[in-house]
Amino acid sequence: MDNLLVIEDLHVHFLLNSGRVRAVDGVNLSVKKGETLCLIGESGSGKSVLGLSMLRLLPSNVYINGRIIFDGKNLLELGEEEIRKIRGKKIAWVPQNPATSLNPVLKVGFQVAEPMILHLGLDKTRAWSKVVKLLDFFGIRPAEKRASEYPHQFSGGMRQRVLVAMGTSTNPELIIADEPTKGIDASKKVQVVRLFRRIREEREDVSLLLITHDLPLARVLADRIAVMYCGHVVEVSEAKTFFEEPLHPYSKALLDSLPSRGLKPIKGFSPSMVNPPEGCRFRDRCDFCSSRCEELPPFFDAGQSTVRCWMYA
Amino acid sequence: MVIEMEFAARTIRLRANEKLTAILGNRMCFAGLTIITLIALMGLLAPLIADDPYKTDLANRLTPPSPDHPFGTDQLGRDLFSRVVYGARVSLLVAITISLISMTLGCLIGAVSGYIGGYLDDIIGRIIDVFLSIPELIFNIALVGILCVSFGASTWNVILAIVITNWVSYARITRGMVLSLKEREFVVSTRAMGASDFWILFKHIIPNAVGPIIVLATLNVGNIIMTIASLGFLGLGIQPPTPEWGQILNSGKNYITTAPWIATFPGLAIMLAVLGFNLLGDGLRDVFEPKSRRMSYG
Repeated sequence: MDNLLVIEDLHVHFLLNSGRVRAVDGVNLSVKKGETLCLIGESGSGKSVLGLSMLRLLPSNVYINGRIIFDGKNLLELGEEEIRKIRGKKIAWVPQNPATSLNPVLKVGFQVAEPMILHLGLDKTRAWSKVVKLLDFFGIRPAEKRASEYPHQFSGGMRQRVLVAMGTSTNPELIIADEPTKGIDASKKVQVVRLFRRIREEREDVSLLLITHDLPLARVLADRIAVMYCGHVVEVSEAKTFFEEPLHPYSKALLDSLPSRGLKPIKGFSPSMVNPPEGCRFRDRCDFCSSRCEELPPFFDAGQSTVRCWMYA
Repeated sequence: MVIEMEFAARTIRLRANEKLTAILGNRMCFAGLTIITLIALMGLLAPLIADDPYKTDLANRLTPPSPDHPFGTDQLGRDLFSRVVYGARVSLLVAITISLISMTLGCLIGAVSGYIGGYLDDIIGRIIDVFLSIPELIFNIALVGILCVSFGASTWNVILAIVITNWVSYARITRGMVLSLKEREFVVSTRAMGASDFWILFKHIIPNAVGPIIVLATLNVGNIIMTIASLGFLGLGIQPPTPEWGQILNSGKNYITTAPWIATFPGLAIMLAVLGFNLLGDGLRDVFEPKSRRMSYG
C-alpha cells in the first residue's frame, strides 16, 4: 500500500519559562492509504500533540522541526491559506471531547454543514440536505428535526456521532480521531466501533488515525499499531502480531496491565518531559534494562514490526 | 411512537420559547418593558395625543396644570404636555442611535483586540483603560464644548461626543468575553475544519457573547438618556426650541418657586425612562446570566 502521510524525524517542543517540554521528540511514522492506524500510549506520551501538529493546530509557543509529507507537500512549510485548504478537506480532525467541541449557541445542522460550506462551496440549502443525509447515516433520527436543534439537546454519544459526521462530510483522505472513546461508557463503545467500521465500509480508500489509550478498541479496529512512550514511537506492528506477541518491553508491560491479562501495573512513573533521560526513556521502568540502554536505540526490524529496543539488535 | 414524537415536538417548541417566556416572566423585565413601551408609544403617537409643541401663547404663560393643559404651560405659554410627549421622540431616538453606533464600534474593536491579542491587544487595552479613567460626564461636556466651538451647535455633536466616551464599555465587555471564548475547544475544532479567523470570530465567538452585550446595551440606553438630559440641562445638549427633557428642566429652574410644574414633569419623564431601561436591563441580566446576579457593567 502507498503511504498517504509520512512523518520524518518530527520534534515538537513547548517552550515554557520553566524549560522545554519535549512532547514529541524524533518521531518517524507513516500512515498508509486505506488503513486504520492506532496510536496508543499513556496520557502525556505526546499522542494528541502529534495529531495536532499534523494540522498545525498547536499554540504559538511551540518549536516544530522535521517533516510531515502529505500529498507531496511538507505540511509544516505550508502557508496559513494552504494549510486551511487541507484542514477539514483532506485531513479531518475529530476532537476528543464531544461535550465541549460543539458550539453551544449554533444549530447542530449548521455545524455539520460548515466544512461543506467552507470547502465544497455548497450553498445553505444544498449543504442542509446533505447534512440530513449524513445525520441519518450516523443514526441521528429524525435527522431533519435533529439538525435544527442545539448541542445541549443531544446526548454525549450523539454529539460524538455529530463530530464524526462533521469530519466525514467532505470525504477527507485521512481522518484523525483523538480519543474517540473518551468519556463514553463501556456499553456505548460498541457504537463507536460500529461507527468507524461504517466509515470504512462506505469508503475503502479513507485512512483512519485513531489516537487512543483504549487497547481493546485498538484491537478491534486497527490494521497497524504504533506505540508511543514519552515523545518517542517505540514500536510499530501489525495489529494481530502486536496483540499476540508485543516486542518492546513497554508494549509488553502495557498489555499486561490490561484487566483481562492480569491487571499488572507498570512499575514507577513516566519521566518528566522537561528533562527526559538520555537514551531509552523506558529504561528506569524496564525489567530488561542493560548498560546499552543509556544510548538511544535506533529502530530495529523484527519480522513484520519495527521496534526501538536494543533487545532486537 | 406517534405520541412520543408529538411529545418531543412539543418540548422542542417549548424550549424555543423558553427564553422569551423567561424574559416576560421576569417581573423586572416585564415592568421595564411596560414602561419603555408606554414611552415609545407616547413618542410614536405624539401627533395624535399632543398639540404643536412649538406654538407659543403669551396670554397663557406659566398656567398651572388644567384640563386644557394637563402639565401646565411654560414661560412662553407653550403646552408642557406636548413638549414632554415630543421630548420622548428626541430622547429615545438619539439614545438608541448612540447606543447602536457605540455598540457596533465597541464590539468590533473589543472582539478584534481580544481575538488577535499580542501587542495590538495591549495597546487597545490601555486605550480602554485611559478612556475609563476619565469621568464620563466631564469628558462629555468637554467634547461637546470643543465640537460646538468647531462646528456650531447641533444634535450630531451630542451623538458624537457620547459615542466617543461610550464605546469603551462595549469594547471592554466584548474583549473579555472573546479572550475567554477563544480558548474554548469548539474554536479549535472549528479551526481544524479549515475555518478562517474571520469565520471563527464572527460565526462562532460573537454569537456566544450576544447575551451580555444585549444586557449592557439595555442598561446603556438608560445611561445615555441621563447623559443627554444632563447635557441639555447645562445648555450644551440639543438646542431649543427642540423639545428635549433636560433642556425643558433647565428652563424651568428659573420658575421653580412660581411654576414648579415646568421642571417637575420633564424630570418625571427622565426618571421613568431611565427606570424602565434599568429594570429591563437588570431583568435581562438575571435571565441571561442567572449565576452572576449582581455583577456590575460598564
